Amino acid sequence: MEFKGLDIVSIRDLTREQIEFVLDLSEKMIPYARGEKFTKMLEGRILANLFFEPSTRTRMSFETAMARLGGRTLEMSHPSMMSIAKGETLADTIRMVESYSDAIVLRHPHEGAARLAAKFSRSPVINAGDGAGQHPTQTLLDLFTIRRDKKHIEGIKVALVGDLKYGRTAHSLAEALTMFGAEVTFVAPASLQMPRETVKQVEKLGGKPKLTSKLEEVIKDIDVLYVTRIQRERFPDPNEYLKVAGSYRIDNNLLREAKQNLTVMHPLPRVDEIAPEVDYTQHAKYFEQAFNGVPVRMALLSLVLGGEL
Amino acid sequence: MKEFKVTPIRNGTVIDHIDCGMALKVLRIIGVSSNNVSSPISVLMHVPSKKAGFKDVVKVEDRELDPKEVDKISLISPEATINIIRDFNVAEKYKVTLPQVVRGIVRCGNPSCITNLNEPVEPEFSVDSKKPPVLRCIYCDRILDDTAEHLI
Repeated sequence: MEFKGLDIVSIRDLTREQIEFVLDLSEKMIPYARGEKFTKMLEGRILANLFFEPSTRTRMSFETAMARLGGRTLEMSHPSMMSIAKGETLADTIRMVESYSDAIVLRHPHEGAARLAAKFSRSPVINAGDGAGQHPTQTLLDLFTIRRDKKHIEGIKVALVGDLKYGRTAHSLAEALTMFGAEVTFVAPASLQMPRETVKQVEKLGGKPKLTSKLEEVIKDIDVLYVTRIQRERFPDPNEYLKVAGSYRIDNNLLREAKQNLTVMHPLPRVDEIAPEVDYTQHAKYFEQAFNGVPVRMALLSLVLGGEL
Repeated sequence: MKEFKVTPIRNGTVIDHIDCGMALKVLRIIGVSSNNVSSPISVLMHVPSKKAGFKDVVKVEDRELDPKEVDKISLISPEATINIIRDFNVAEKYKVTLPQVVRGIVRCGNPSCITNLNEPVEPEFSVDSKKPPVLRCIYCDRILDDTAEHLI
Protein backbone atom coordinates (compact mmCIF):
# COMPACT_ATOMS: atom_id res chain seq x y z
CA MET A 1 0.00 0.00 0.00
CA GLU A 2 1.53 3.33 -1.06
CA PHE A 3 1.46 6.11 1.53
CA LYS A 4 4.67 7.97 0.72
CA GLY A 5 4.01 11.67 0.30
CA LEU A 6 0.32 11.33 1.21
CA ASP A 7 -1.38 14.21 3.04
CA ILE A 8 -3.47 13.18 6.04
CA VAL A 9 -6.01 16.00 6.27
CA SER A 10 -9.26 14.22 7.10
CA ILE A 11 -10.09 10.67 8.12
CA ARG A 12 -12.32 10.64 5.02
CA ASP A 13 -9.17 10.76 2.89
CA LEU A 14 -8.40 7.20 3.99
CA THR A 15 -10.16 4.02 2.97
CA ARG A 16 -11.02 1.33 5.50
CA GLU A 17 -8.15 -0.77 4.12
CA GLN A 18 -5.68 2.09 4.52
CA ILE A 19 -6.83 2.68 8.10
CA GLU A 20 -6.41 -1.02 8.91
CA PHE A 21 -2.94 -0.92 7.42
CA VAL A 22 -2.02 2.04 9.67
CA LEU A 23 -3.47 0.29 12.74
CA ASP A 24 -1.57 -2.93 11.97
CA LEU A 25 1.68 -1.02 11.65
CA SER A 26 0.89 0.91 14.87
CA GLU A 27 0.72 -2.43 16.66
CA LYS A 28 4.24 -3.24 15.44
CA MET A 29 5.44 0.17 16.62
CA ILE A 30 4.48 -0.41 20.26
CA PRO A 31 7.82 -1.84 21.51
CA TYR A 32 9.62 1.04 19.74
CA ALA A 33 7.21 3.57 21.21
CA ARG A 34 7.91 2.17 24.67
CA GLY A 35 11.66 2.35 24.14
CA GLU A 36 12.05 -1.43 24.35
CA LYS A 37 13.35 -1.64 20.79
CA PHE A 38 15.21 0.95 18.73
CA THR A 39 15.11 2.05 15.11
CA LYS A 40 16.77 4.76 13.04
CA MET A 41 14.46 4.42 10.07
CA LEU A 42 13.91 8.17 9.78
CA GLU A 43 17.47 9.23 10.57
CA GLY A 44 18.27 12.50 8.83
CA ARG A 45 14.61 13.32 8.26
CA ILE A 46 13.06 16.48 9.66
CA LEU A 47 9.47 17.02 10.77
CA ALA A 48 8.14 20.57 11.16
CA ASN A 49 5.70 20.88 14.04
CA LEU A 50 3.56 23.97 13.31
CA PHE A 51 1.23 24.63 16.21
CA PHE A 52 -0.70 27.88 15.91
CA GLU A 53 -2.81 26.82 18.89
CA PRO A 54 -1.80 25.39 22.23
CA SER A 55 -1.49 21.61 22.43
CA THR A 56 0.16 19.27 24.88
CA ARG A 57 -0.53 15.68 23.92
CA THR A 58 -0.63 16.03 20.15
CA ARG A 59 2.51 18.17 19.88
CA MET A 60 4.53 16.10 22.34
CA SER A 61 3.44 12.76 20.91
CA PHE A 62 4.44 13.81 17.39
CA GLU A 63 7.80 14.94 18.73
CA THR A 64 8.24 11.68 20.66
CA ALA A 65 7.14 9.64 17.64
CA MET A 66 9.69 11.36 15.39
CA ALA A 67 12.48 10.96 17.96
CA ARG A 68 11.67 7.25 18.46
CA LEU A 69 12.04 6.78 14.70
CA GLY A 70 15.43 8.46 14.71
CA GLY A 71 14.28 11.71 13.07
CA ARG A 72 14.29 15.29 14.30
CA THR A 73 11.59 17.88 14.86
CA LEU A 74 11.55 21.59 14.14
CA GLU A 75 9.34 23.41 16.61
CA MET A 76 7.33 26.54 16.06
CA SER A 77 5.28 26.93 19.16
CA HIS A 78 5.08 30.71 19.53
CA PRO A 79 3.33 32.03 16.44
CA SER A 80 3.03 35.42 18.11
CA MET A 81 6.80 35.83 17.81
CA MET A 82 6.96 34.76 14.21
CA SER A 83 6.32 36.37 10.88
CA ILE A 84 2.68 35.27 11.11
CA ALA A 85 2.29 38.02 13.68
CA LYS A 86 3.60 40.38 11.01
CA GLY A 87 0.75 39.38 8.72
CA GLU A 88 2.31 36.57 6.70
CA THR A 89 -0.24 34.28 5.08
CA LEU A 90 -0.39 30.61 6.02
CA ALA A 91 0.35 29.79 2.38
CA ASP A 92 3.68 31.67 2.57
CA THR A 93 4.59 30.16 5.95
CA ILE A 94 3.99 26.69 4.53
CA ARG A 95 6.08 27.35 1.40
CA MET A 96 8.93 28.49 3.63
CA VAL A 97 8.69 25.66 6.19
CA GLU A 98 8.37 23.07 3.44
CA SER A 99 11.83 23.98 2.25
CA TYR A 100 13.27 23.32 5.72
CA SER A 101 11.61 19.96 6.39
CA ASP A 102 10.41 16.63 4.98
CA ALA A 103 6.90 16.65 6.45
CA ILE A 104 4.66 19.16 8.21
CA VAL A 105 2.33 18.67 11.16
CA LEU A 106 -0.14 21.54 11.42
CA ARG A 107 -2.56 22.68 14.09
CA HIS A 108 -4.42 25.85 13.25
CA PRO A 109 -7.42 27.71 14.68
CA HIS A 110 -9.16 27.96 11.29
CA GLU A 111 -11.07 25.19 9.56
CA GLY A 112 -9.63 24.15 6.24
CA ALA A 113 -6.09 25.29 7.15
CA ALA A 114 -4.59 21.83 6.67
CA ARG A 115 -6.23 21.40 3.25
CA LEU A 116 -4.82 24.76 2.22
CA ALA A 117 -1.37 23.82 3.55
CA ALA A 118 -1.49 20.54 1.62
CA LYS A 119 -2.21 22.53 -1.53
CA PHE A 120 0.90 24.68 -1.10
CA SER A 121 3.29 22.03 0.19
CA ARG A 122 5.03 19.35 -1.83
CA SER A 123 5.94 17.58 1.42
CA PRO A 124 3.19 15.61 3.16
CA VAL A 125 0.99 17.57 5.57
CA ILE A 126 -0.58 15.91 8.60
CA ASN A 127 -3.54 17.71 10.13
CA ALA A 128 -3.25 17.93 13.91
CA GLY A 129 -6.55 19.78 14.29
CA ASP A 130 -8.00 22.67 12.26
CA GLY A 131 -10.38 24.74 14.40
CA ALA A 132 -13.62 22.84 14.91
CA GLY A 133 -12.77 20.73 11.85
CA GLN A 134 -10.80 17.52 11.53
CA HIS A 135 -8.25 15.79 13.73
CA PRO A 136 -7.55 12.53 11.88
CA THR A 137 -4.65 11.26 14.01
CA GLN A 138 -6.88 11.47 17.09
CA THR A 139 -9.49 9.35 15.28
CA LEU A 140 -6.84 6.82 14.30
CA LEU A 141 -5.54 6.50 17.84
CA ASP A 142 -9.10 6.19 19.18
CA LEU A 143 -9.81 3.37 16.73
CA PHE A 144 -6.49 1.79 17.63
CA THR A 145 -7.31 1.92 21.36
CA ILE A 146 -10.71 0.29 20.81
CA ARG A 147 -9.29 -2.37 18.52
CA ARG A 148 -6.47 -3.24 20.94
CA ASP A 149 -8.86 -3.44 23.84
CA LYS A 150 -11.75 -5.29 22.18
CA LYS A 151 -9.75 -7.14 19.48
CA HIS A 152 -12.19 -5.92 16.83
CA ILE A 153 -14.42 -2.91 16.12
CA GLU A 154 -17.25 -4.47 14.14
CA GLY A 155 -20.42 -5.01 16.15
CA ILE A 156 -19.30 -3.28 19.33
CA LYS A 157 -21.56 -0.70 20.94
CA VAL A 158 -20.03 2.71 21.50
CA ALA A 159 -21.66 5.64 23.29
CA LEU A 160 -20.19 9.07 22.66
CA VAL A 161 -21.09 11.41 25.48
CA GLY A 162 -20.62 15.11 26.23
CA ASP A 163 -20.20 18.00 23.83
CA LEU A 164 -20.97 16.29 20.54
CA LYS A 165 -21.86 19.52 18.77
CA TYR A 166 -18.52 21.30 18.97
CA GLY A 167 -16.17 18.46 19.96
CA ARG A 168 -14.11 17.90 16.84
CA THR A 169 -13.02 14.40 17.82
CA ALA A 170 -16.60 13.15 18.13
CA HIS A 171 -17.68 13.81 14.53
CA SER A 172 -14.95 11.98 12.67
CA LEU A 173 -14.87 9.19 15.27
CA ALA A 174 -18.61 8.58 14.81
CA GLU A 175 -18.11 8.28 11.05
CA ALA A 176 -15.04 6.07 11.30
CA LEU A 177 -16.66 3.74 13.85
CA THR A 178 -19.65 3.32 11.57
CA MET A 179 -17.37 2.59 8.64
CA PHE A 180 -15.93 -0.25 10.74
CA GLY A 181 -19.38 -1.60 11.61
CA ALA A 182 -19.68 -0.42 15.23
CA GLU A 183 -23.06 0.72 16.60
CA VAL A 184 -22.99 4.29 17.85
CA THR A 185 -25.18 6.10 20.38
CA PHE A 186 -24.95 9.86 20.89
CA VAL A 187 -25.56 10.99 24.47
CA ALA A 188 -25.80 14.75 24.90
CA PRO A 189 -28.20 17.47 26.00
CA ALA A 190 -30.28 18.74 23.06
CA SER A 191 -28.17 21.93 22.83
CA LEU A 192 -24.93 19.95 22.41
CA GLN A 193 -26.24 16.98 20.43
CA MET A 194 -24.45 15.67 17.34
CA PRO A 195 -24.92 17.97 14.29
CA ARG A 196 -27.53 16.82 11.79
CA GLU A 197 -24.87 16.62 9.11
CA THR A 198 -22.84 14.05 11.02
CA VAL A 199 -25.95 12.02 11.90
CA LYS A 200 -26.84 11.97 8.20
CA GLN A 201 -23.32 10.95 7.24
CA VAL A 202 -23.42 8.07 9.77
CA GLU A 203 -26.74 6.94 8.28
CA LYS A 204 -25.30 7.17 4.79
CA LEU A 205 -22.51 4.82 5.88
CA GLY A 206 -25.15 2.30 6.93
CA GLY A 207 -25.31 3.16 10.65
CA LYS A 208 -28.44 3.54 12.76
CA PRO A 209 -27.33 6.00 15.42
CA LYS A 210 -29.38 6.35 18.60
CA LEU A 211 -29.71 9.82 20.09
CA THR A 212 -30.52 10.36 23.74
CA SER A 213 -29.82 12.78 26.56
CA LYS A 214 -29.81 10.13 29.29
CA LEU A 215 -26.64 8.21 29.94
CA GLU A 216 -28.40 5.93 32.46
CA GLU A 217 -30.53 4.59 29.60
CA VAL A 218 -27.58 3.20 27.69
CA ILE A 219 -24.86 2.51 30.26
CA LYS A 220 -25.90 -1.15 30.75
CA ASP A 221 -25.67 -2.07 27.06
CA ILE A 222 -22.50 -0.44 25.80
CA ASP A 223 -18.97 -1.78 25.34
CA VAL A 224 -17.18 1.55 25.03
CA LEU A 225 -17.99 4.87 26.67
CA TYR A 226 -16.23 7.73 24.89
CA VAL A 227 -16.39 10.84 27.08
CA THR A 228 -15.69 14.35 25.80
CA ARG A 229 -15.29 17.57 27.71
CA ILE A 230 -18.20 19.98 27.97
CA GLN A 231 -16.75 23.44 27.63
CA ARG A 232 -17.93 26.02 30.11
CA GLU A 233 -17.61 28.83 27.56
CA ARG A 234 -20.37 27.30 25.42
CA PHE A 235 -22.93 28.23 28.08
CA PRO A 236 -24.05 31.82 28.63
CA ASP A 237 -25.61 30.80 31.95
CA PRO A 238 -23.18 29.19 34.46
CA ASN A 239 -26.04 27.39 36.25
CA GLU A 240 -27.03 25.74 32.99
CA TYR A 241 -23.44 24.58 32.54
CA LEU A 242 -23.30 23.06 36.02
CA LYS A 243 -26.58 21.24 35.45
CA VAL A 244 -25.46 19.75 32.13
CA ALA A 245 -21.87 18.97 33.13
CA GLY A 246 -23.06 17.34 36.36
CA SER A 247 -25.43 15.02 34.55
CA TYR A 248 -22.61 13.40 32.59
CA ARG A 249 -20.11 12.91 35.38
CA ILE A 250 -18.71 9.39 35.19
CA ASP A 251 -18.03 7.85 38.61
CA ASN A 252 -17.92 4.41 40.15
CA ASN A 253 -21.54 4.67 41.16
CA LEU A 254 -22.63 5.03 37.53
CA LEU A 255 -20.20 2.34 36.39
CA ARG A 256 -21.74 -0.18 38.79
CA GLU A 257 -24.53 -0.47 36.22
CA ALA A 258 -22.11 -1.08 33.35
CA LYS A 259 -20.70 -4.24 31.78
CA GLN A 260 -17.63 -5.65 33.56
CA ASN A 261 -15.46 -5.04 30.52
CA LEU A 262 -16.77 -1.57 29.62
CA THR A 263 -13.95 0.61 28.29
CA VAL A 264 -13.97 4.27 29.28
CA MET A 265 -12.10 6.60 26.93
CA HIS A 266 -11.46 10.35 26.87
CA PRO A 267 -9.31 12.39 24.45
CA LEU A 268 -8.06 14.47 27.44
CA PRO A 269 -7.64 16.96 28.97
CA ARG A 270 -10.51 16.15 31.30
CA VAL A 271 -11.87 18.60 33.82
CA ASP A 272 -14.36 16.82 36.00
CA GLU A 273 -16.21 14.60 33.54
CA ILE A 274 -14.53 11.50 34.95
CA ALA A 275 -14.02 11.18 38.70
CA PRO A 276 -10.42 10.34 39.68
CA GLU A 277 -11.68 7.17 41.41
CA VAL A 278 -12.42 5.72 37.96
CA ASP A 279 -8.69 5.87 37.11
CA TYR A 280 -8.11 2.88 39.37
CA THR A 281 -10.76 0.64 37.79
CA GLN A 282 -10.24 -1.73 34.86
CA HIS A 283 -12.59 0.47 32.84
CA ALA A 284 -10.14 3.37 32.57
CA LYS A 285 -8.28 3.33 29.28
CA TYR A 286 -7.72 7.06 28.71
CA PHE A 287 -4.07 7.15 29.71
CA GLU A 288 -3.37 4.15 27.51
CA GLN A 289 -5.28 6.01 24.79
CA ALA A 290 -2.95 9.01 25.23
CA PHE A 291 0.09 6.70 24.98
CA ASN A 292 -1.36 5.13 21.83
CA GLY A 293 -0.91 8.49 20.13
CA VAL A 294 2.80 7.68 19.91
CA PRO A 295 2.73 4.32 18.05
CA VAL A 296 -0.07 5.53 15.77
CA ARG A 297 1.82 8.72 14.86
CA MET A 298 5.02 6.69 14.44
CA ALA A 299 3.19 4.46 11.98
CA LEU A 300 1.85 7.46 10.04
CA LEU A 301 5.17 9.31 9.96
CA SER A 302 7.05 6.22 8.81
CA LEU A 303 4.46 5.66 6.07
CA VAL A 304 4.29 9.18 4.67
CA LEU A 305 8.08 9.57 4.87
CA GLY A 306 8.76 6.16 3.35
CA GLY A 307 10.60 4.60 6.32
CA GLU A 308 10.68 0.86 6.87
CA LEU A 309 10.92 -1.26 10.01
CA MET B 1 -55.04 34.38 -20.66
CA LYS B 2 -53.28 37.51 -21.86
CA GLU B 3 -49.76 37.30 -23.25
CA PHE B 4 -46.85 38.98 -21.42
CA LYS B 5 -46.91 42.74 -21.66
CA VAL B 6 -43.28 42.75 -22.64
CA THR B 7 -42.19 43.23 -26.19
CA PRO B 8 -39.72 40.86 -27.85
CA ILE B 9 -36.12 42.01 -27.79
CA ARG B 10 -33.93 42.45 -30.84
CA ASN B 11 -30.58 41.44 -29.34
CA GLY B 12 -29.75 40.20 -25.88
CA THR B 13 -30.53 37.38 -23.47
CA VAL B 14 -33.73 35.95 -22.05
CA ILE B 15 -33.22 34.02 -18.83
CA ASP B 16 -36.29 31.84 -18.52
CA HIS B 17 -37.57 29.32 -15.94
CA ILE B 18 -35.89 31.13 -13.06
CA ASP B 19 -37.05 29.73 -9.72
CA CYS B 20 -39.95 31.83 -8.50
CA GLY B 21 -38.71 34.75 -6.39
CA MET B 22 -35.12 34.58 -7.62
CA ALA B 23 -35.31 37.20 -10.40
CA LEU B 24 -33.85 39.98 -8.28
CA LYS B 25 -30.94 37.76 -7.32
CA VAL B 26 -30.34 37.06 -11.00
CA LEU B 27 -30.24 40.82 -11.58
CA ARG B 28 -27.62 41.10 -8.89
CA ILE B 29 -25.57 38.33 -10.54
CA ILE B 30 -25.59 40.06 -13.93
CA GLY B 31 -24.62 43.27 -12.21
CA VAL B 32 -27.44 45.61 -13.08
CA SER B 33 -27.16 47.37 -9.78
CA SER B 34 -23.89 48.97 -10.79
CA ASN B 35 -24.48 51.86 -13.16
CA ASN B 36 -23.37 50.00 -16.23
CA VAL B 37 -26.61 49.29 -18.00
CA SER B 38 -27.72 51.41 -20.94
CA SER B 39 -30.35 49.11 -22.45
CA PRO B 40 -33.72 48.11 -21.01
CA ILE B 41 -34.09 45.16 -18.70
CA SER B 42 -37.50 43.51 -18.17
CA VAL B 43 -38.23 41.47 -15.10
CA LEU B 44 -41.28 39.25 -14.89
CA MET B 45 -42.06 37.70 -11.56
CA HIS B 46 -44.51 35.00 -10.59
CA VAL B 47 -45.48 34.13 -14.15
CA PRO B 48 -47.54 30.94 -14.66
CA SER B 49 -45.37 28.09 -15.90
CA LYS B 50 -46.37 24.71 -17.27
CA LYS B 51 -43.37 23.04 -15.63
CA ALA B 52 -43.09 24.56 -12.18
CA GLY B 53 -46.37 26.29 -11.39
CA PHE B 54 -44.77 29.73 -11.36
CA LYS B 55 -41.49 31.11 -12.59
CA ASP B 56 -39.57 34.36 -13.03
CA VAL B 57 -38.14 35.64 -16.32
CA VAL B 58 -35.44 38.26 -16.93
CA LYS B 59 -34.82 39.86 -20.33
CA VAL B 60 -31.62 41.81 -20.84
CA GLU B 61 -31.14 43.76 -24.03
CA ASP B 62 -27.83 44.09 -25.88
CA ARG B 63 -25.99 41.83 -23.51
CA GLU B 64 -24.84 38.19 -23.50
CA LEU B 65 -23.80 36.44 -20.30
CA ASP B 66 -20.30 35.22 -19.52
CA PRO B 67 -19.78 31.63 -18.28
CA LYS B 68 -19.20 32.75 -14.66
CA GLU B 69 -22.56 34.50 -14.61
CA VAL B 70 -24.26 31.41 -16.04
CA ASP B 71 -22.61 29.23 -13.34
CA LYS B 72 -23.86 31.61 -10.66
CA ILE B 73 -27.40 31.46 -12.03
CA SER B 74 -27.22 27.66 -12.01
CA LEU B 75 -26.50 27.79 -8.28
CA ILE B 76 -29.64 29.69 -7.36
CA SER B 77 -31.89 28.46 -10.14
CA PRO B 78 -30.84 25.06 -11.47
CA GLU B 79 -33.77 24.84 -13.90
CA ALA B 80 -33.13 28.17 -15.65
CA THR B 81 -32.70 28.33 -19.42
CA ILE B 82 -30.64 30.87 -21.32
CA ASN B 83 -31.92 32.12 -24.68
CA ILE B 84 -29.56 34.25 -26.69
CA ILE B 85 -31.49 36.49 -29.04
CA ARG B 86 -29.96 37.90 -32.19
CA ASP B 87 -32.11 39.95 -34.53
CA PHE B 88 -35.35 38.85 -32.84
CA ASN B 89 -34.50 35.15 -33.29
CA VAL B 90 -33.36 32.65 -30.70
CA ALA B 91 -29.79 32.10 -31.85
CA GLU B 92 -28.88 29.78 -28.98
CA LYS B 93 -30.86 28.11 -26.23
CA TYR B 94 -29.47 26.03 -23.40
CA LYS B 95 -30.22 24.96 -19.84
CA VAL B 96 -27.82 26.09 -17.16
CA THR B 97 -25.75 23.23 -15.79
CA LEU B 98 -24.19 23.12 -12.38
CA PRO B 99 -20.50 22.22 -12.69
CA GLN B 100 -18.97 19.40 -10.56
CA VAL B 101 -16.65 21.88 -8.89
CA VAL B 102 -17.63 25.46 -8.16
CA ARG B 103 -14.63 27.75 -7.97
CA GLY B 104 -14.30 31.46 -7.26
CA ILE B 105 -17.98 32.44 -7.58
CA VAL B 106 -19.25 31.86 -4.07
CA ARG B 107 -17.73 32.46 -0.63
CA CYS B 108 -17.73 29.90 2.19
CA GLY B 109 -20.41 30.67 4.77
CA ASN B 110 -18.24 29.50 7.66
CA PRO B 111 -16.62 32.66 9.05
CA SER B 112 -13.86 30.53 10.53
CA CYS B 113 -12.98 28.91 7.20
CA ILE B 114 -9.40 29.60 6.11
CA THR B 115 -10.66 30.85 2.72
CA ASN B 116 -12.33 33.80 4.48
CA LEU B 117 -8.93 35.00 5.64
CA ASN B 118 -6.40 36.81 3.56
CA GLU B 119 -5.01 33.69 1.86
CA PRO B 120 -4.12 33.49 -1.84
CA VAL B 121 -6.79 30.93 -2.75
CA GLU B 122 -10.17 31.02 -4.45
CA PRO B 123 -13.03 29.47 -2.50
CA GLU B 124 -13.80 26.05 -3.95
CA PHE B 125 -16.77 23.72 -3.46
CA SER B 126 -17.61 20.22 -4.49
CA VAL B 127 -21.21 19.74 -5.61
CA ASP B 128 -22.68 17.03 -3.34
CA SER B 129 -26.09 17.18 -5.02
CA LYS B 130 -27.40 19.03 -8.06
CA LYS B 131 -31.11 19.07 -7.25
CA PRO B 132 -31.31 20.88 -4.98
CA PRO B 133 -27.76 22.31 -5.24
CA VAL B 134 -25.70 21.30 -2.19
CA LEU B 135 -22.19 22.75 -2.05
CA ARG B 136 -19.47 21.49 0.28
CA CYS B 137 -16.38 23.63 0.91
CA ILE B 138 -13.34 21.58 -0.08
CA TYR B 139 -11.32 23.35 2.62
CA CYS B 140 -13.44 23.31 5.78
CA ASP B 141 -15.84 20.56 4.64
CA ARG B 142 -18.94 22.56 5.63
CA ILE B 143 -22.14 22.57 3.61
CA LEU B 144 -23.03 26.05 2.37
CA ASP B 145 -26.38 27.08 3.82
CA ASP B 146 -27.55 30.07 1.79
CA THR B 147 -25.82 30.06 -1.57
CA ALA B 148 -27.49 33.22 -2.90
CA GLU B 149 -26.25 35.24 0.07
CA HIS B 150 -22.66 34.17 -0.49
CA LEU B 151 -22.26 34.83 -4.20
CA ILE B 152 -19.14 36.83 -4.96
